[in-house]
Amino acid sequence: MDKPVNNKAWFLVLPVLVLVAFSAVIPLMTVVNYSVQDTFGNNVFFWAGLEWFEQALSSSRLHDALLRQILFSVIILAIQVPLGIFVALNMPKRGFWASLCLVLMALPLLIPWNVVGTIWQIFGRVDIGLLGYTLDKLGINYNYTANAIDAWVTVIVMDVWHWTSLVALLCYAGLQSIPDAYYQAAKIDQASRWKVFRYIELPKMQGVLLIAILLRFMDSFMIYTEPFVVTGGGPGNATTFLSIDLVKMAIGQFDLGPAAAFSIMYFLVIMLISWVFYTVMTNLDKREEMQ
Amino acid sequence: MALELIGVSKEVGARTHIAPTSLVLEKGTMNVLLGPTLSGKTSLMRLMAGLDVPTAGRIIWDGKDVTGMRVQDRKVAMVYQQFINYPSISVYDNIASPLRLQRKSKAEIDSAVRATAEMMKLTPLLQRKPLELSGGQQQRCALARALVKGAGLVLLDEPLANLDYKLREELRTEIPKIFEASGAIFVYATTEPEEALLLGGNTATLWEGRVTQFGPTPLVYRQPKDATTARVFSDPPMNFLPVTKAGARLLFGEGQNAPAGGTFAGIPDGRYLAGFRANHIEIARPGTPAGGALEFRCTLAVTEITGSETFVHLDHGGDRWVGLLPGVQDYVAGDELTIRLDPAFVYVFGEDGALVASAPYAAAA
Amino acid sequence: MAKITLSNLAHSYVPQPKGPQDFALKEMDHVWEDGASYALLGSSGCGKTTLLNIISGLLRPSQGRVLFGDRDVTDAPTAERNIAQVFQFPVVYDTMTVRDNLAFPLRNRGMDADYIRQRVQAIAQMIGMEAVLDRKARGLTADAKQKISLGRGMVRQDVNAILFDEPLTVIDPHMKWELRTQLKSLHREFNHTMIYVTHDQTEALTFAEKVVVMYDGRVVQIGTAQELFETPAHTFVGYFIGSPGMNLLDARIEGNVAHIEGSVVPLGAGYGPVSGRTQIGIRPEFVRLSASEGLPVKLRRVEDVGRHKIVRAEFFGREINIIADEGAEIGADMTRVTFRPERISVYADDWRVAPAGQLGEAA
Repeated sequence: MDKPVNNKAWFLVLPVLVLVAFSAVIPLMTVVNYSVQDTFGNNVFFWAGLEWFEQALSSSRLHDALLRQILFSVIILAIQVPLGIFVALNMPKRGFWASLCLVLMALPLLIPWNVVGTIWQIFGRVDIGLLGYTLDKLGINYNYTANAIDAWVTVIVMDVWHWTSLVALLCYAGLQSIPDAYYQAAKIDQASRWKVFRYIELPKMQGVLLIAILLRFMDSFMIYTEPFVVTGGGPGNATTFLSIDLVKMAIGQFDLGPAAAFSIMYFLVIMLISWVFYTVMTNLDKREEMQ
Repeated sequence: MALELIGVSKEVGARTHIAPTSLVLEKGTMNVLLGPTLSGKTSLMRLMAGLDVPTAGRIIWDGKDVTGMRVQDRKVAMVYQQFINYPSISVYDNIASPLRLQRKSKAEIDSAVRATAEMMKLTPLLQRKPLELSGGQQQRCALARALVKGAGLVLLDEPLANLDYKLREELRTEIPKIFEASGAIFVYATTEPEEALLLGGNTATLWEGRVTQFGPTPLVYRQPKDATTARVFSDPPMNFLPVTKAGARLLFGEGQNAPAGGTFAGIPDGRYLAGFRANHIEIARPGTPAGGALEFRCTLAVTEITGSETFVHLDHGGDRWVGLLPGVQDYVAGDELTIRLDPAFVYVFGEDGALVASAPYAAAA
Repeated sequence: MAKITLSNLAHSYVPQPKGPQDFALKEMDHVWEDGASYALLGSSGCGKTTLLNIISGLLRPSQGRVLFGDRDVTDAPTAERNIAQVFQFPVVYDTMTVRDNLAFPLRNRGMDADYIRQRVQAIAQMIGMEAVLDRKARGLTADAKQKISLGRGMVRQDVNAILFDEPLTVIDPHMKWELRTQLKSLHREFNHTMIYVTHDQTEALTFAEKVVVMYDGRVVQIGTAQELFETPAHTFVGYFIGSPGMNLLDARIEGNVAHIEGSVVPLGAGYGPVSGRTQIGIRPEFVRLSASEGLPVKLRRVEDVGRHKIVRAEFFGREINIIADEGAEIGADMTRVTFRPERISVYADDWRVAPAGQLGEAA
């Protein structure tokens, strides 16, 4: 029976290709289509070329939203990654408490985004929310609907509450894969707690940490629902992140062309940053491997 | 029925995992792949099983070309170093699982499972779960599953490496018995020369992805074709020293020489490498005649006593030699010893490593 | 450096042990002499790793004391015991260079930089890794990583003991030779107390001055390789040491002869009355095949192990193994075996019986 490698297998991939085409490629092409045309409604379109792109690139509104977005993502990563590692390091390794911790930590991850937003929206209200009321009674002037700083703090604390568990759980999985012998050897070598972390735990967590950072970066960069529910992008434009701005533009003002151009650039920026991230981190890994 | 490899090679990227290899494994034989870690034993097995497709060459099974055929379509069974069983089902169901996949009748399955379990001494354990068994029993279960399949080719990749020394010893003697009963082609990978010898059959020695020699195990052991094979197939490692053939004599270091008779007679004059195994060394007792044996002055570096035997690690002018002596020998490190070596136990290799003259004792055997 | 004393020691993994079967380690008293090398030998589950972990402080014994010199360290944590340990699988700090790995235990103890440099250099030379000192440990082979682990175990000169937990498991046979001899020379050079846990008799016997054979949570014999080979105190030692192990045959002992299945076998010494299940034990090395004299056997198989042959024979349903020379001719007519009388040991209920006129060795 002569049966070398055959090409029939490609047909098995066909359904996936069709699915991807419908779910991603075609909508994306629609956006591309909009981004180079102008319309005054009634399905009448005019060719606009790269006008929307130029407009978007030079728009200070977009620049502000982008800066806000980057600041938000950086703060989120700077808090959630160290905090997640810290929590993972302090979780029980096995037994009943380990299981309990895992369940508790997983809870926030299971709550739908808009519900998270609603919870915090109420939680922070001075009149009926526990947090807002308490702060108010303590004499702290807290009002996330009026004060930009308060709004930022609320949105960041909410995101930390919602997503730190993800980082912690991933790190925890990485830590669990370290054999006991490593800790025993470290004790015998009289390594300090910091050195155990630096030379045993951190190297073993490197892989999962890369994934955690990537996921958290992409998610935070695309954040929409929670701040939309809590602050609606305000006060003013204080918490108007890229996606909120985009929706305002597309739905609120029905500027389909600029919004489409904007989305394409948004998409490209995320792709680019993720790619850079991934390449840098994996190369770092490889270089050490080669040495 | 046979498994034939014709010029099979495997390259991954720029690296050669298996150099072009041709082997014929006959039905009903035990074939040992002997070589150190990363010498290509597992790669070769994966090619035989069809888990990997060779870069070049053809694999013929039972007269048919099976080169690109998937492992699922071949009748192959494999046992690994790790004890791999289905943890949630009983030993009985584990052994029965390949037969159920073949859609055999219940009665057929039952009789085959019980017969194999009996052979592997698992009968009292059939209702247990694999994780309730000892390591040896778990590996027996994995072996039983491989055997019951009725596969024509059974591949065993260092199956005993994770077991206790004594258990290994027992299973080693059991495996040839099982294999005699089944009639399949067995391929058994190991790093240990002694294991190869105990299993018997044929041995292929591997070194850096190349099969250096293939033949009946005792023959490969006693008549290695080159220095590499001799090195792979010696534990402790083979000892070497330079030797010069001049006319009718072989000149070893320190003015030792021996008549170049027998297998040495036909060697052209020149420089060679002499090799001999640890167990052929003797320690000269003062006052006894050498009687034609070569004598070398060595410094004792370390002695290791196993009770039945003594390993002496010797320093001979910077070369490290190992000697294996019977009984307990109370030499102390630093002792100056004269060792004796009967030239009948000396292999002569060319400078390229190829065998020039086999040891006379082995050629006679 | 210090001698290590185990006094009245026992351990159970069950919180409330009900009987001896619950003890992973049965009660024992033992002194590990300062500067000696020991091997703990036994099959898996015999308690040898438990014992090692108690000495290293990773496990607190449920009863008894551990003394290092005169100091009671039963409750002292590992870090305070000043020991080194090498594990079954290589433990290296992947992101550090080989040099930093070796220097790590010294730096953590705040040693002088010059001393560290010189010490690391010496150890690297011993384990043959001078050339790769500045490479990251991550990309190295398992062999090399385990050498680093061994090196890190050796780098401190002042340790009380170095403990080895089956350190050569992942090493190729050829490399085992090299590492084993290195360990031996290191021991000779520095005289550290070394305790080496293994299930491999060759490793145990060749490495250690004294081998401690454990069976079912108990120490059954402590002795040199020669003692364990020539006069096993327990049938388990006879079986476990040697390959193949000792031949054991049920026998009735009468003075200086043994009666076995109607045949009479002369013994090398006289024995008083022996009670219980009596057996004689004879190593395959001391059994000879013969055509004319001795016990009748059926030849089953001849295995060529290279340096000698193992003949598998059967005697009334019991296997008898015989070791014959590499060049020995084994004819089909050689269906009898003889035993060297002075090499025969007598066992009663698995424990060795001393010949009459000698001090009792049996427990």
